[in-house]
Amino acid sequence: MKKVMKYVLADILRNRIVLLYTALLLVVSCSVFGLEDNADKGMLSLLNLTLIIVPMMCIIFTTIYQYNSAEFIELLVSQPLRRRHIWLSLFAGLAAALSIAFLVGVGLPVILFQPSLTGLTMVLCGVALSVIFVAIALLASARTRDKARGIGKAILLWLFWSLLWDALVLFFLFQLSDYPLEKPMVLVSFLNPIDLARILILLRMDVSALMGYSGAVFREFFGTGTGILVSALALMAWVAVPLWLSTRAFRKKDL
Amino acid sequence: MNPANSHKPEPTRLQGNSISPNFYPSTMIEAKNLNKRFGKLQALRNLSFRFSKGECIALIGPNGCGKTTLIKTILGMVVPDSGHILFDGKDIQGQFAYRAQIGYMPQTGRYPEAATIAQVIKMMKDLRGKDARLDESLIHSFQLETLGNKRTGTLSGGTRQKLSAALAFLFSPDVLILDEPTAGLDPVSSEVLKQKILEEKEKGRLILITSHILSELDELVTEVVFMQEGELRFHAPMAQLQEQTGELRLSKVIARIMQQQTSQPPVAR
Repeated sequence: MKKVMKYVLADILRNRIVLLYTALLLVVSCSVFGLEDNADKGMLSLLNLTLIIVPMMCIIFTTIYQYNSAEFIELLVSQPLRRRHIWLSLFAGLAAALSIAFLVGVGLPVILFQPSLTGLTMVLCGVALSVIFVAIALLASARTRDKARGIGKAILLWLFWSLLWDALVLFFLFQLSDYPLEKPMVLVSFLNPIDLARILILLRMDVSALMGYSGAVFREFFGTGTGILVSALALMAWVAVPLWLSTRAFRKKDL
Repeated sequence: MNPANSHKPEPTRLQGNSISPNFYPSTMIEAKNLNKRFGKLQALRNLSFRFSKGECIALIGPNGCGKTTLIKTILGMVVPDSGHILFDGKDIQGQFAYRAQIGYMPQTGRYPEAATIAQVIKMMKDLRGKDARLDESLIHSFQLETLGNKRTGTLSGGTRQKLSAALAFLFSPDVLILDEPTAGLDPVSSEVLKQKILEEKEKGRLILITSHILSELDELVTEVVFMQEGELRFHAPMAQLQEQTGELRLSKVIARIMQQQTSQPPVAR
């Protein structure tokens, strides 16, 4: 399994897109910290990069990579290798490559300009989001044969979690504004990995004071050790469940 | 009127499943009632056969008749809806180790585009492990070493085909599965590949070749399997077919049989 992963990783690193992505993240992060005299403001800009651009890049790159390497996967499957190992190696290779890109592109500048707990939380959340969206993209591509439909599904999934979900939640909050929904909201936030990451990072920032009563409830839950542990487990589940489903789909897939 | 019609074959003798099990002592691949459906298309229809060591089998049939699906089923790339494939007596369902005994040359081999030929060959050796018996003769005769630094994404169809062939033969497998092996190869390389197939056949390997036309590989073939619409129409020794139809070239043999089949009720299913 290690061998296959080595070749997947080598193949991705030879692909210039990941290098470009790393360079882009690095340029944006450095310029954000360079432009703002206040590093906290820089962090806020980086937050949007981490929550919007990183998931998009990971889900689209992974899906396209999967379809473009269909023949390579076929070649691997015709060799004496376990299908499960091939699939997990693909996941590991993609997740490692995109996480490294994020660590170099955002992690390094953050450690240089903002070496704090907030910075660390953001880097960890960014890595988690990268891995989660690789897993979701693998599920989309394992379930869909057609390339155009697969990429379409990937983009829709990203749109759903980055934009639509928040709109839906806001809509229901306004509809049900007569009820005390602060505590159920904590549960709802577990259903969207981007939201979960956003809450975890925002609570480490001063701006969380602006979040009102919900902010206080969130702080009460996510601020504690148990809350952080539960959130970390939830983020891991966001990797494990799609990965498990996609492995099952791939084992039965006709190539 | 037609002299060949007097040799009209007995349909039952051409049926694949009617061959007695004792006839072939060293069965390598055996299929039992394979079925596979892709949506509305029945790609494999109740397919059964036995392939043995030392045979060179031509798997022929019109486009879309299920040849490639059958090959992929043997390789475990396609999972049949029902039926079994036994490889060396063992069911291949959910297995993977048996593929170490197979060399597969796909119809269109594509490799990681950014990797060079040398890197791909090295990778395949690495993936197969150290205990494989290496046979690098095709790499030498196709002069692939001189192209070692070329990226596989920039290769011409023929060179790609040479690489696929070299990789299929690299591990001296007991079974060789070649999907359209000579398509896109120049006459010289085609001849090199033919000699290599012949050499391997002499060593008692099982060789499975698919093609639409096999004129170039006629001399190698010992058995013919003809498929149509996912069904196995006949499976017979080449010599027997030549005798029955009075033709020597495989393409003519097939044409003759297809003519006979249209002029008589189809073989009982």
